[in-house]
Amino acid sequence: MTALAVRNLEKSFGGLRVIDAVNLAVEPGERRLIIGPNGAGKTTLFNLVTGELRPDGGSITLFDRDITRVPSRRRAHLGIARTYQIITLFPRETLLRNVTLSLLGLSPLRWNPLVRLERQEALIGRAREVLARVGLDHLAGRPVGQTSYGERRRVEVAMALAQDPRVLLLDEPFAGLSIEERRDVLRLVTAIPRAVTIVMIEHDMDVALDFAERITVLHLGEVVVEGTRAEVVAHPRTRKIYLGE
Amino acid sequence: MKPFAIAIAVVILGTVPLWVGGTYYVNVASQILLFGIFALGVNVLVGYAGLVTLGHAGLFGIAAYTGARLLTGGHGHVVAAAGAVVLTLVAAAVFAALSLRGTGLGFVMITVALGQIVWGIAYRWISITNGDNGVSITGRPSPLGLSLASAAGFYWATLSIFLVAVASMAIFVASPFGASVRGTRDQPRRMNALGYHVWMTRFLAFLFSAFWSGVAGLLFLYYNQFVSPQVVALTASAEVLLMVISGGTGTLLGPIVGAALVVVMKSVASAYIERWNFVLGAIFVAIVVFMPEGLVPGTARLARWVWAARRPPAATPVPVADGKSGP
Repeated sequence: MTALAVRNLEKSFGGLRVIDAVNLAVEPGERRLIIGPNGAGKTTLFNLVTGELRPDGGSITLFDRDITRVPSRRRAHLGIARTYQIITLFPRETLLRNVTLSLLGLSPLRWNPLVRLERQEALIGRAREVLARVGLDHLAGRPVGQTSYGERRRVEVAMALAQDPRVLLLDEPFAGLSIEERRDVLRLVTAIPRAVTIVMIEHDMDVALDFAERITVLHLGEVVVEGTRAEVVAHPRTRKIYLGE
Repeated sequence: MKPFAIAIAVVILGTVPLWVGGTYYVNVASQILLFGIFALGVNVLVGYAGLVTLGHAGLFGIAAYTGARLLTGGHGHVVAAAGAVVLTLVAAAVFAALSLRGTGLGFVMITVALGQIVWGIAYRWISITNGDNGVSITGRPSPLGLSLASAAGFYWATLSIFLVAVASMAIFVASPFGASVRGTRDQPRRMNALGYHVWMTRFLAFLFSAFWSGVAGLLFLYYNQFVSPQVVALTASAEVLLMVISGGTGTLLGPIVGAALVVVMKSVASAYIERWNFVLGAIFVAIVVFMPEGLVPGTARLARWVWAARRPPAATPVPVADGKSGP
């Protein structure tokens, strides 16, 4: 059984083929890294997997269940969570409220117009636990607009972790961070239990290579190389794409 | 503190007919309350869902016309009121299904078009709406034996409904569903990825908004005992939108303050100044320039600023990052 499988996936924007017959099979518990230059189609691939975009062809399966036609919001309920490369939080709300909203998304309580959200102690307690996991519990009451960029990156991860996903998609979680902040986020991601399968897009090879077990190199919408860290780094095509040799 | 303030507000509002001095002012107060209910309803969409509507006078008018036609058709007040609210909700479901195909400007334009269709029907479908002449009804109801014929009786009935409307807004805003609606306003894409049904959330917010717009339309019918196409004109939709924006979108008090401002300018100031529309326009411009967030949040900001300026800076505690303070 594979956690996430993508078969012959196709996506074009007008005449531009952004994803061209991509195949991907990620095992349960695996840490997979997807690298590739700008415009390789990495984020588009994520958007297809989460259902924010509809593929032109091919299929996507989550633990052997075909989700190609499942609406995006249902995929969250089936166990896919993601973070965004461009931070997508609720800036006016507090960190605690942000994570609570993430938990609420999977709860039938989200339709309830009669109870007070503040009083939902079970939900809010879980949100506090998740904030503690990313080391931000001391800032729980602070609006996102008043936090640093590094803290927001960790809230992004917390939003995804709160949903207790089976497959976690991390879109450049280290983008724009200082070296210390990268180390913090890496420690956080490394501590995620193996019950969660992780697929990560990352530009920062130094940090990301340590994390991944298998690496997929995407270039112009196609999978160019796939293999273990050593195989991919040594592969001539990786060198050609990254170093232009 | 807060329950105390609410109690005082209720006492002041409840005794208005006793101290305001004259039937005319009691009627002005009734109009403020009924347009306050309308503005609260519109604020659900404009303020909390982030969907600017210019067609809600159509829903307000559908309730008024339905109530009027049921009453002139010989039905009782209960049937008229229930029929008006039900038909408003059905119309709102159609409005929402069509207009929620777009957001932002697209949404605005579809609501304008739908509002204009209602206006066209009110103006031209004479066999139903009596066209330009409008529909008159005779007499207000007497629920629970209380006659609404007098200005004070009508005021108290409107006030009771108004208080229910305010309470329903307070409960909605604090609820998980209220948080869902605000989430779809701020980050619809993320909400979708988090598992929320963005479209359905907006649809239900639209119905909630339409419910109070319909109730206000029905109160308007009973207040004037008359309804004409003027009620569903585009300017009526723009007026309620201005109430919400001038008072402060996405706040509980803002739409009420905005409704009071517009009604007072319309009925009181127009007695003294012939060009009262000009004065109202000048006030809106001033609000947009000095308090772009609206009167209620703007005043709160000013009050905080004055408060902070009056206190010596040393008295302000410096927040400590780790949450522990002092030696």
